[in-house]
Amino acid sequence: MAKITIPFGPQHPALKEPENFMLVLEGEQISGSTINLGYNHRGMEKAAESRTYIQNLYLIERVCGICSHSHTTTYITNVEELAKAEVPQRALAIRTLIAELERVHSHLLWLGVAGYEMGFETLFMYTWRDREQVLDCLELLSGNRVHYSINTIGGVRRDVSAEQKAEVLKRIKFLEGRTQYYIKLALEEPTIAARTADVGRLPPEVALERGAVGPTARASGIARDVRKDEPYLLYDKLDFKLITHNTNDVFGRLVVRALELVESYKMINQVINNLPEGPISVKVPMKIAPGEAVNHYEAPRGEDIHYLKSNGTDKPERLKVRAPTMANLQSVSYMLEGGWLADVPLVIAAIDPCMSCTDRAAVWDQKKGKMAVYGWEELRKLGIEHYKHRGIDFSKL
Amino acid sequence: MIKPARVFGEVMRHLFKKPATCAYPFEKAKITERFRGRIDFDSPKCIGCQMCVRVCPAKAIEIKLSAEQPPAPVQAEGQPPVPAKRKFDCFMHLDHCVYCAQCVETCPKDALIMTQDFELAHTSRAALTRHYK
Amino acid sequence: MTSDSILPSLAYIIIFPGFLFLALYGLSLQWVDRKLCACFQNRMGPPWVQPLADFLKLLAKEVIVPDAADSKMFRLLPFFAMAAVMTAIVSIPVGAHALYSFQGDMVAVIYLLTIPTVTFFLAGWSSTSPYATVGAMRVMTQLFAYEVPLMLSIIGPAILAGSWNLTEISAFYAAKPLLIAAQLPGFLAAILALQGKLERMPFDIPHSKNEIVGGQFTEYSGRLLGFFYLAIDMELVVGAALLNAVFLGGSLGVTGWAAIPVFLLKTLFVTFLLALLKVLMARIRIEQMVNFCWKYLAPVAMFQILVDILLKYKLG
Repeated sequence: MAKITIPFGPQHPALKEPENFMLVLEGEQISGSTINLGYNHRGMEKAAESRTYIQNLYLIERVCGICSHSHTTTYITNVEELAKAEVPQRALAIRTLIAELERVHSHLLWLGVAGYEMGFETLFMYTWRDREQVLDCLELLSGNRVHYSINTIGGVRRDVSAEQKAEVLKRIKFLEGRTQYYIKLALEEPTIAARTADVGRLPPEVALERGAVGPTARASGIARDVRKDEPYLLYDKLDFKLITHNTNDVFGRLVVRALELVESYKMINQVINNLPEGPISVKVPMKIAPGEAVNHYEAPRGEDIHYLKSNGTDKPERLKVRAPTMANLQSVSYMLEGGWLADVPLVIAAIDPCMSCTDRAAVWDQKKGKMAVYGWEELRKLGIEHYKHRGIDFSKL
Repeated sequence: MIKPARVFGEVMRHLFKKPATCAYPFEKAKITERFRGRIDFDSPKCIGCQMCVRVCPAKAIEIKLSAEQPPAPVQAEGQPPVPAKRKFDCFMHLDHCVYCAQCVETCPKDALIMTQDFELAHTSRAALTRHYK
Repeated sequence: MTSDSILPSLAYIIIFPGFLFLALYGLSLQWVDRKLCACFQNRMGPPWVQPLADFLKLLAKEVIVPDAADSKMFRLLPFFAMAAVMTAIVSIPVGAHALYSFQGDMVAVIYLLTIPTVTFFLAGWSSTSPYATVGAMRVMTQLFAYEVPLMLSIIGPAILAGSWNLTEISAFYAAKPLLIAAQLPGFLAAILALQGKLERMPFDIPHSKNEIVGGQFTEYSGRLLGFFYLAIDMELVVGAALLNAVFLGGSLGVTGWAAIPVFLLKTLFVTFLLALLKVLMARIRIEQMVNFCWKYLAPVAMFQILVDILLKYKLG
C-alpha cells in the first residue's frame, strides 16, 4: 500500500494546543512520526529576567494553566532557598493541600480528555462535571479556579478557616465515591479495554532511556516520584503509596492516574486534619541574595524542574523551566510507531501533554557561539553536587 | 471481569435528573468571597506612594495627581501651615490586569479594594480603562 | 398519466412521505437524539429549533470546492445521497401501507440505502485531501463490516413472513404479535448494524473528529455539507422506519391516519435505542469494528435466520 503523510496538528481537534506531528501512514498503521515543537514559544524565561521576584510569581503561574501551583511552588522554593527564608509549617501545609487538590483536578481532567479521545463522551461529561467539585474547593480556598495565586514569597497569601476545611472534606468525600465508580468503569467496560490495552506501549527500558517522568514512567513500572525520592513541602510526613503499574500501555496510565487520585484524597484528608497552627507567611526582602538554586517537584504530569540564578538584585538573572511534557515527548514518537492512526490522539493525550509549558529556546553557549549539550558525565557530576549540597552523597553509586 | 455497557445504570439514572450545568447569563454564577475580581480605588485613602504601580506584574495601574486638588486647610493660630492633602486618581487598565490582587496586598493604606465583579467584557477597548476619581 | 394522478403523486413525493416530511422529521429526530444524549450525560442539550437553525446557517455559507476535486461530482454527490434516501421511503410503510410496494421491495430498499454510503466514499475520495481519503477508505471498510449483518438480520423475519414485500412483512407481524418477540436477537443485531450504517458513535470511525477531523466531509462546506447532513438525518428516519416495518410489526394493524402516530412513536423508540447506544460505549477502531461485525453480529443474524426457518417449519 502507498505511504501517505498526514499532518496531525498544529490545528487539530484532538490537540488543544498547537504542536505538529507528521505521521507516515501505511493504510491505517503508522510507520513513522516526527514531532515538531515550537508553535507556542512565549519567551517566558526571558520575560522573567525583566520582572521582580514577586511579579514573576504571577508570570510563572501562567507557564501552564493546569499545573499553575506546581510551577509557582518550584519557583518559590528556589527563591526562598536563596533568600534563606524559614517558611512557616502552616504555609507549607497549605501549599501541600493546594498541590494535592491540583493533582486531583488535573487527573480528573485527564480522565475526561482520555474519554473524549477514545470517543467515550459520557465519561468525559461525567468526569468534568465531578471535577467542578474540586475546582470549587480551590476557588473557596484561594479565590480562583485555575490561577490560584496562593503562593507568595515566604508563605501563602490566604489562610484556611474551619468552615472551609469542613466544606473541602465534604466535597472530597463525594469525589472519593465517584472515583471508585470510575475505577470500576475503567476496569469493566470492554470498549475502554479495547481502546487502551496494548496501545502506545512503552517498555521500562525505553522509558528510562528516553527519560519519561510522572505517570507515564510509573505506568511502565518505574517507581519514580519526587514526592518519595526527595520529599519537599510536607510529603515526608504524609502516608501515601507510590502507584506503579506494569502493563506499559495507555491502560496502565489510566489505572495509575485513577489510583493516584485515591492517594491524593488520602493526603488531603491527612493535611486538613493535621493543619499546624501558626503564621502563614514571613517577610522576605525584595532583593534576593546572589546564588543558584535547582528544585524539582512532582507536578500532576511528572517531574517539573526549575533553575534560578540570582545576582543580588530584585530581579532574577536567569530562570529555566523544564516542564514534564518536555521529558515525556521523547517517548511519544516511540509509542506512536507501529500503532494505529485511530490511537494517535489517545497516545498523545496519555502523557497529558501541555505544549505551551514545553516550547522554549535551545541552550545557546554565548562564548563558543554554538549549541551546548551536556554530556552524561557532566550531568552526573552536577547531580551529585546538587545532592551533596542537600546532605545526601550519591558519589559512590 | 468484563461487563458490556457498564455505564448503562448511571446513564439511565441521569435521564430523569436535572442538568448539572447552569444557564449562566440567566442565572447568576456563584462567586466565593475570596474571588479576585475588578480592583476598586478609594481616592481619599491614597497617598500616591506608587507601590502598587511598581508591584503590578501586568503594568495595569497608573496613579496620577487629580486635576482638581482639594483646598489647603485653613491655617490655625500659632500653628505651622498644614500642607494640603494631595488627591490622586487611578487609571485601571482592565485589559492588562491579571486579577492577582497583589496591589491590594501591597497597598499600605488599603486604598485599593478587591471586588467580586467579573462581568467586565466590553466591546470598546477605551471602556476597559477605568478612571477612578 | 393524467393530471388527476400527477397532482397526488407530486404531493406524495414532495410533501408526505417524501421530501418535506422526511426532512422535517429527520431534523426533529436529530433534535430528539441530541437532547436524549444530553440528558443521559447530565447536560442541557439544544433547543428544538437547533437542527433547523444549523441547517439554515449552513445554507447561507459559502461553498468551497477544492481545486484538486472533480467539481461536478463534488457538487452533485450530496443530492445523490438525498435522492436515494428519499426513494427508499417510497417502499417502506409509513402508515399502514407503503406508497408503492411490490414483491422484493425489501431488497430494493437495502440497495437504495447503500447508495448514500457509496456517495460518502466518493465524496471523500474526490476531495483528495489526506483526511478525506483516509475517511473514504474507512467508509468502505465499514460498509463491508455492517452491511452483511444488517441484510442477514433483515432476511430472518422476511423468511418467517414468507414475503419480500415490506408492507406484507409488517402486516404479517401485526397479525401475529407474539412472533415479534422471537425476532429479538435479530433486532439487536440490526440496531447495532444500523448504528454502524448511520456512522454514529461508537461507530463514527469514518469521520471521528479526534483522529481525522471531518473524515470524508473534511473538504465540504456550506450548502453541500448541509445537504449531506440532511441526507444523514433522513437516513435515520428511513433506517428507523425499516426496522419498524421488519421487526416491530409496522402500524400494528391500525389503519388510516391513526397509523401515523403509531409510526412516529415507534420510530422514536428506535431513535431512543440508537441514542442509548451512542452514550454507552467508547469508539472502537476500524479493525475492531470489522472483527465485531463478522465475529458477533453476523453469527447472531445467522442464528436468527435458523430460528425463523425452524419456526416456519413448525408453524407450517
